[in-house]
This record gives sequence, C-alpha cells and structure tokens, in this order.
Amino acid sequence: MSADLLYSDVEEQLRASVRDLLAKRAPVAEAIARTESGEPYDQDLWRALAREVGITGLAFEEEVGGHGASWREVAVVAEELGAAVTATPFLGHTMAAVAAQTAGARDLLPGLLSGERTATLAVTAGGPRASDIEVDGAKITGQLTGVIDALTADVLLVPTAHGLHLVEAAAVSRTPVPSLDMTRPLCDVTFHSAAATQLAEPGAGARDSALLVGGALLSSEQLGLAQRCLDTTVAYLKERYQFGRPIGSFQALKHRAADLWAAIAQARAVARYAAACVADQDPDAPVAVALALAYCGPVAVRAAEECVQLHGGLGFTWEHPAHLYLKRAKADAILLGTASAHRARLAELVALPASAP
Amino acid sequence: MTSDREQDLRDRVAAFVAGHDPRADLMEYLRARFDSGLAWVHFPVGLGGLDLPRPLQAIVDGELAAAGAPDNNPRRIGIGLGMAAPTILAAGTDEQRRRWLRPLWTGEEVWCQLFSEPGAGSDLAAVATRAVRDGDSWVVNGQKVWTSMAHEARWGILIARTDPDVPKHAGLTYFACDMTDPGVEVRPLRQLTGEAEFNEVFLTDVRIPDAHRLGAVGDGWRVAQTTLMNERVAIGGGNAPREAGAIAAVVTAWRERPELRTAAAHDELMRLWVEAEAVRLTGIRLRQQLAAGSPGPEGSAAKLAFARLNQDVSGFELELLGSDGLRYDDWSTDTWTTERPAVVDFLARSAGYRYLRAKGNSIEGGSSEILRNIIAERVLGLPGEIRVDKDVPWKDLPK
Repeated sequence: MSADLLYSDVEEQLRASVRDLLAKRAPVAEAIARTESGEPYDQDLWRALAREVGITGLAFEEEVGGHGASWREVAVVAEELGAAVTATPFLGHTMAAVAAQTAGARDLLPGLLSGERTATLAVTAGGPRASDIEVDGAKITGQLTGVIDALTADVLLVPTAHGLHLVEAAAVSRTPVPSLDMTRPLCDVTFHSAAATQLAEPGAGARDSALLVGGALLSSEQLGLAQRCLDTTVAYLKERYQFGRPIGSFQALKHRAADLWAAIAQARAVARYAAACVADQDPDAPVAVALALAYCGPVAVRAAEECVQLHGGLGFTWEHPAHLYLKRAKADAILLGTASAHRARLAELVALPASAP
Repeated sequence: MTSDREQDLRDRVAAFVAGHDPRADLMEYLRARFDSGLAWVHFPVGLGGLDLPRPLQAIVDGELAAAGAPDNNPRRIGIGLGMAAPTILAAGTDEQRRRWLRPLWTGEEVWCQLFSEPGAGSDLAAVATRAVRDGDSWVVNGQKVWTSMAHEARWGILIARTDPDVPKHAGLTYFACDMTDPGVEVRPLRQLTGEAEFNEVFLTDVRIPDAHRLGAVGDGWRVAQTTLMNERVAIGGGNAPREAGAIAAVVTAWRERPELRTAAAHDELMRLWVEAEAVRLTGIRLRQQLAAGSPGPEGSAAKLAFARLNQDVSGFELELLGSDGLRYDDWSTDTWTTERPAVVDFLARSAGYRYLRAKGNSIEGGSSEILRNIIAERVLGLPGEIRVDKDVPWKDLPK
C-alpha cells in the first residue's frame, strides 16, 4: 500500500492558518451563545473560510472554478472545523458540490466553489434512505425530515428515484428543528410542486459520490473533535487539584487518557487513509470510508464522553463547552449512518456475509 | 532525486544478484550481501548499510525476493535484529560494531536478551544481577528470566548492577554476555501453552571482558532505552496486508463454514475486522513516521493495540468454533508435552493455542499497564507516578 498517511508540510500550514482564523473569529466560548441565538450558523465565518482559505473550492480542478488541491487538504480543514465545533454549512455544501460535479452541472459549480452560493445535499440525516419524493415533470412534491445545512442554503440538491434535482431554496418551505447538535442544526424541508431541474439521471452516482467524499470528511471532523477533547481534558487533568495532587497523577485517570490517545492515534491512520483514497479515487475508497466512519465515530463519541466525565461537575454545566462536543460527536456518529450500519456495509464490501447463503 | 536514488539502489541489487549465487554457500552469500551494504540500508556504510533512509530497505527486500534469493530467516534472529543491533549501533564502539553486527545479521550468531529477573519485571531498573569489576573483566552473578532463544544464543544483551550504593537507575551497566561461558546455565521455562519458548538463565561467576561493555559504566539504563523502544516497535509494527495476523483465521472460518454464522457473532466479527484494519493502518503510519525519525512513544501505542486485538480476536475465534474450539491444537499429537519451538508460529497452531499465547502479548515487552504510564507521561505530559525509591540507594530498597 502506497497511500501516504502522514500530513504534508502544505497540509500543516493550511491547518495552522485555519486554526488561527477560527481562534480569532469563532472562539469556542462564543459558540454556546450562538446556539441560543436566532442565527445558529456563523455566516461571516463561512464567508471568510470560503474567501480567505478557499475551502469551498479547494479540492476541485481550476478549470471548473476550484483551486486544484485535493480532498487530503480539505480533510485537514475538516479536522479543524471539528476541533472548534464550528457552525458552518461546510459538510452539506461540500457534498452538494461533489454531487453537482458528478452530475456534470458545470453552470452551477463555479458559484458553489467560490462560496458565492451555498447548497446542501437534501438527504435525511441519520442514515440516508430511499426518498419518497415524487417527481412530476419539472415539479417535485414531498417532505424530507432532518436535513443538515439546509437552513441557510440558497439551493438544494435533491436525490430522488428519478436522479438528482436542483431546487431553489426559495421554492421550498423550511422548518427549523430543535436539534441535539445545535452547531449543525437540522430542518424539515417540504416541497409543494417545487420547480426542479434534473441534473443527473438515476444511476449517475451523484448521491453516492457525494456521500463517499462526505464520509471521508466527516471522519476527519470526528478525528479533529476527538483530538481537541483529549487536549482539553489532559490540560484539565494537569491543573485540577484534589487530595493535594493534580488529578492527572492518579493512574486510574492517566490510563483512561492514554487509552484515548491510542484510540485517536488509530483514528488518525484510518481517517487519513480514507482521505487519501478519496483524493486518489482509489478503488478501495468505499471500504476506506466505511471503515473510517465505523471507527472514528465511536472514538469521537468516547472522547467527548471522557471529556465530560473527566471534567467532573464542570463538564456537566452549560457554561463549559464540553456538551457542544458531546452533542456534535453523537450527532456525527449518526449523521451518515451509525457505526453498526457501516460495519454491515463493510461486511458486504469484504465478502463476510451476515448469514448462511 | 529520490527516484534516482531508488534506481541506483535497484541497480546495485541487480549487480549483487548477478555476482552472487546463494545456492553455492548460503552463509557466504549472506556475508557478501552484508558487505555490499544491502543488509539494512539505513545502517552506516561498512556495517551492512548504505546510510540510506530506512524505508528504502523495502526496495532491496522486494528485488531480492523477486529474484528468488533466500533471506537471513529474520524471525529466528528477531532479538538480534530488532533489539541488539540498534543498541550496538547506538552505544557500541567501532570495534564492537565490526565484531558483532555482521554475524548477528547473517544469523551465524544468535542473540538473546538478559533483562527481566524474578524480582525485576515492570520495574526493570531494580535488577539485582551483580557485575563486579576484576581487572580487565567483570564477574557476574544473578538470575534472568523470560529469555527467548537463550538455548540457541551465542550472545546475550545484559543489564547488571555495577553500583548498589546509588539509586537504582544510576547503578546499572550494559554488557554483551558470551552465552558459551561455563558460568551460564540455561533452563527451559514452561509457559501456560505447554511449551517452553522461554528460559531461565542462571549466571554464576560469569566473566565478561570490559571490552564487551556497551556504553559507560553506570549508563546502562539509558542504553537499555534504545533496546526497549525498538522492542516495542518490533512487536507492534509490521506492514502486513489486510486480513493478515490473528484475524485471518477468523475470517477464513467465517467464509468457509456458514453453519457457524449468527447475527450477534457477525457484528462482533465486523467490530474485530474494523479494529484489525485500524491497527494495521496505524502500523503502516508508524512505519511512515519512523522513516522520518527514530522510534518514539507511538510504538508503545501500537504494541498496546496489537496485544488487545490479538486477545480479543483469539477469544472470539474460540467461541465461534464452539466444540472445535475446545480441542487443543492438532489432536493427533499430544501437544501438552513440553516443546521448544525456535519461532512462535501463531497462525499454524490451533485457536486454543492462539488464545493462550495471546495472553502473553500484554505482558511481554512492557506490560500494557506500564505502556499506558509511558503514553500518559511521555506523550501527554501527565505527572509521573509517585516514586518512593527515587533517591534511595538500591541496596536499601525493600525487596
């Protein structure tokens, strides 16, 4: 296997600039207040990430309006967005852009890649399933519950039984949902004979390619989130004194932190492999992404749960951001399918059938 | 530039293959390979290497394997290659390197490791084996344990106490012990699998020339760190293909025996498959990191994960096989008799053997508990354990 699982110097520079920008413009302390404001998404930050870092077009070729880097770099950005629990429509928008590219929607792409227009892939979070959207000529009707990143989207890319359809957000009704994870809020989307443009035929793979890239990026987000939870927790174990000692000197806690570090080291290898496979369009990408989601999801949840527990009473308060990480981690572990769903998918991919033939 | 270097190396291997026939005399062939710098390319020129980055060794091994050339049977001499050699390179004199590295690599001289003692396991720095200076040599007395290959070894890397009047870490010195010395007695140590893979080694008035000391007197603990870090890399590393290792037996049984399949076992199987693949990719990433530097604490994490995986997979395998899992090894022979395997062939044995042998994985080469301390302290910077023996002369410690 030749995939490079390390970070290049360029990737580390990108990480540093994104981290710097997030620290200045989206401190975690302000994220709690944002979840209770009328504007859960940080639109200024989203525009800044698009303009200054170019995250919307990073992995796309220059001829379609991108910046000619790869999904490896975008995955590093995803790590940082997870680490800071940023509230941007990054994931939904990126999946929509991949779907648009696969569909060959060259008119739509430049606006999405510059970040001028925001889109989302309109699928139900929690394991995308066959949609019951009805298509009648150029009109679609039906409802999708629990769609991510649709609240602030300008356009929706809707996978249906008839292919991939483009619907202007103005043509649908959107109802915000009080969401477990308010840093990536859901909404219910209703289509009443909404005007729709077919971008791709069924079987063109637009939805699947979007979910493949989205899965790789989500696993990197989970990695970044887990690492930040560990870092925060270790810092607290050093500064919190009980029984006249830093609590991090107690072996029961040291060993938990060490086990978590080892799990995150594995998550990093797995997430990097998924990013590399997606970047290289490696035939192993479906295995790599299912593996990454099956592994990194539970690691991020465990990291956030340990973060809450090892912060003791402080970790259970609203004031401390540990709960933002917990909610994001748990939602992330469900968003594109649970770990057990990805294990079942892996079983098909690697020929380990569930039951006797 | 890199590809030029790789091409040069390929050319060098091709020239070597053209000029040397392993079928004539295997040992002469291996010696010639060492002298051509193709033994371990990351070693210095003149000591079996070419001062090249370590990953380029894969090119040499690949080209030689493609040419059908035999290797130096690395599994038989793993302790020498993985632990003694890096230590000799790091701490040895030029003369010691020239004397020991070539026969170590060719397998003419097998090495073993004389570290653990009945009273010094996790607390390795507490070793009680004494080395007392006598003219140009040292007189060594003590008992070592868990010594693989001692019964075949020519040399043992040894840590012994040279100064009992200072705290434990400060009074140790590192030696190469000639296992043919008349004061060395090797006794098999039978383990819970029924075999005696390991030995106890009794050292009685063994004379070690001072020229066989590695590093300065009193510097043994620091020198031993090189050995131990490399040991964990050797145990936890690896660049195996997908579904290799312990998981191989389980996926084979699953595919070949549909009658074993249940829904609950399936999810457990896939959990283990995911864990095995994560451990495998982590090993690959570790090797990529090693290519850029020297082994660090990441090796401890790899070893920790490897031990848990082997134990979980082999435990699952036994249950999956049901009544067959209860039959120990090849039931045509009585394997509960003591055997002395030269190498541990984990995969050629029964599920029961794998289950039992894997229990050693979280004890040997640094217990999982000690590895967690190492990660917590050296990687995460958490406070060290409270050390009641830190400033006490070794001779005054309770034993």
